[in-house]
Amino acid sequence: MNGSAAVRQEEHMETIDIVIIGGGPAGLAAAVAAKKNGAGSILILERDSELGGILNQCIHNGFGLHTFHEELTGPEYADRFIRQVLDLGIPYKLDTMVLDITKDRVVTAMNRTDGLFQVRAGAVILAMGCRERPRGALNIPGFRPAGIYSAGTAQRLVNIEGYMPGREVVILGSGDIGLIMARRMTLEGADVKVVAEIMPYSGGLKRNIVQCLDDFGIPLKLSHTVVNIEGRERVSAVTIAAVDEHMKPIPGTEERYRCDTLLLSTGLIPENELSRGMGIHLSSVTKGPEVNDMLETNIPGVFACGNVLHVHDLVDFVSEEAERAGACAAAYVKGSVPPAEGPDIPLIAEGGVRYTVPCTVNTGRMDDLLTVRFRVGAVYKKAFVSVYLNDERILHRQKKIMAPGEMEQVILQKKQLLAVPDLKTITVKIESE
Amino acid sequence: MEKRNLTCIGCPMGCQITVEFDGDNISRVTGNSCAVGDKYARKEVTHPERTVTSTVVVTGGDRERLSVKTKGNIPKDLIFDCMREINRTSVSAPVRIGDVVIHDVCGTGVDVVATRNVGKAG
Repeated sequence: MNGSAAVRQEEHMETIDIVIIGGGPAGLAAAVAAKKNGAGSILILERDSELGGILNQCIHNGFGLHTFHEELTGPEYADRFIRQVLDLGIPYKLDTMVLDITKDRVVTAMNRTDGLFQVRAGAVILAMGCRERPRGALNIPGFRPAGIYSAGTAQRLVNIEGYMPGREVVILGSGDIGLIMARRMTLEGADVKVVAEIMPYSGGLKRNIVQCLDDFGIPLKLSHTVVNIEGRERVSAVTIAAVDEHMKPIPGTEERYRCDTLLLSTGLIPENELSRGMGIHLSSVTKGPEVNDMLETNIPGVFACGNVLHVHDLVDFVSEEAERAGACAAAYVKGSVPPAEGPDIPLIAEGGVRYTVPCTVNTGRMDDLLTVRFRVGAVYKKAFVSVYLNDERILHRQKKIMAPGEMEQVILQKKQLLAVPDLKTITVKIESE
Repeated sequence: MEKRNLTCIGCPMGCQITVEFDGDNISRVTGNSCAVGDKYARKEVTHPERTVTSTVVVTGGDRERLSVKTKGNIPKDLIFDCMREINRTSVSAPVRIGDVVIHDVCGTGVDVVATRNVGKAG
């Protein structure tokens, strides 16, 4: 493209108040909140052929207990938000892939109807979700036979396409999707032989361990991993072994399972290629953007919410977080964000707390109450969640149990922060007493 | 007298509960740390129930499969009977969320209903 063509295209570029990247639970809730908070034009860009994101393939129930006080399936939960988007007349484009976002918020995308197109956004909300950790990242030896799927791929095949990926199944990883698929495959007639988990605890919810494994007599082997996969064309057997405290397989503990399928449920990674491309600072812990109390990234006017920000266990919290991002983006484009006072104060995660979202707070800008979400790095029983303003402890709350698989939160009060002269740091940590 | 070990699903603690019982007669619940666990264990031993979710074939629709659920809980020992009935069922598009797909599945008095919308093909 030469210089003059670039200028011509710039002149014709459509300007939209808020462009939302992704039409899953985060994007939908952000769009609804942005509209209700007075944003003018909004556009949702979704790469799949329907709105709703991953919820469409999560046909099991248990969604929405916090938001709607009833148990919904994934598609039903998505529908509640899709209907709001339609009722509010919020425009969206399906089958649309976003290729690039610039620092000054020019979004380049393409689809079959519009071809390649660009829009200038007053604000951008990143809501791209996450993806599963692939086999390549796990270093499992063996050939590359058919029959190895991520749990989410198997879920899509069974629930959307109506295909069974296999009949005799071993599952590596006890994340919730793996547990859910153990039950789903069993209900459809498969023989799920074992779920192996390398950690000494499961990353899945207790309810799923009971209702997806115990109900069907499927063994869960903690501190075990896959050490060999047999089969050249198709998986024919999988060997698992116990691991020591350094996660190294212990010789002599191998057990071989004949099977045609191996499902991997070994973690989710926020999908931040676009964010990285535009120079957004990413957290090395969450792999998601570092955000302030408005869920705004280091690039002004670019917000993030949902699993692209940090991986959630409950969609209800995704919706809640996304509503905040939508409201803040609306305030940003209307110019109604309260002025910042002094520097942003860093939130420090210490002593068992792996990270916090947000990473910084500004006492001028923040609401009266601010929800800070975090995860712990190990299982803690009867430990305390503490919050320190500088060196003064202002919160010390005992929890029966905290586990890496369950997101935790504390609520900060603006008046408490304002009461501390020369506030430099806010520390969230786990204490034994 | 029978003895059964359960994991409570009331909260992330996952208390290991032991129930001693004779048929529907529960003599002792131990290992729970709160009332939720006691209630859960008693129900789980006497009449455990589950919601079943699955898919049915949909014809003439803009997709191949329709997701469905039992509208309420059904007895746990009927899960596989319920699945057999679900797998024998097919419906034709259009379908709306909440439409009844199977009446009174396995004589439980519970309907199987659609959990998504499916439009007509094309």
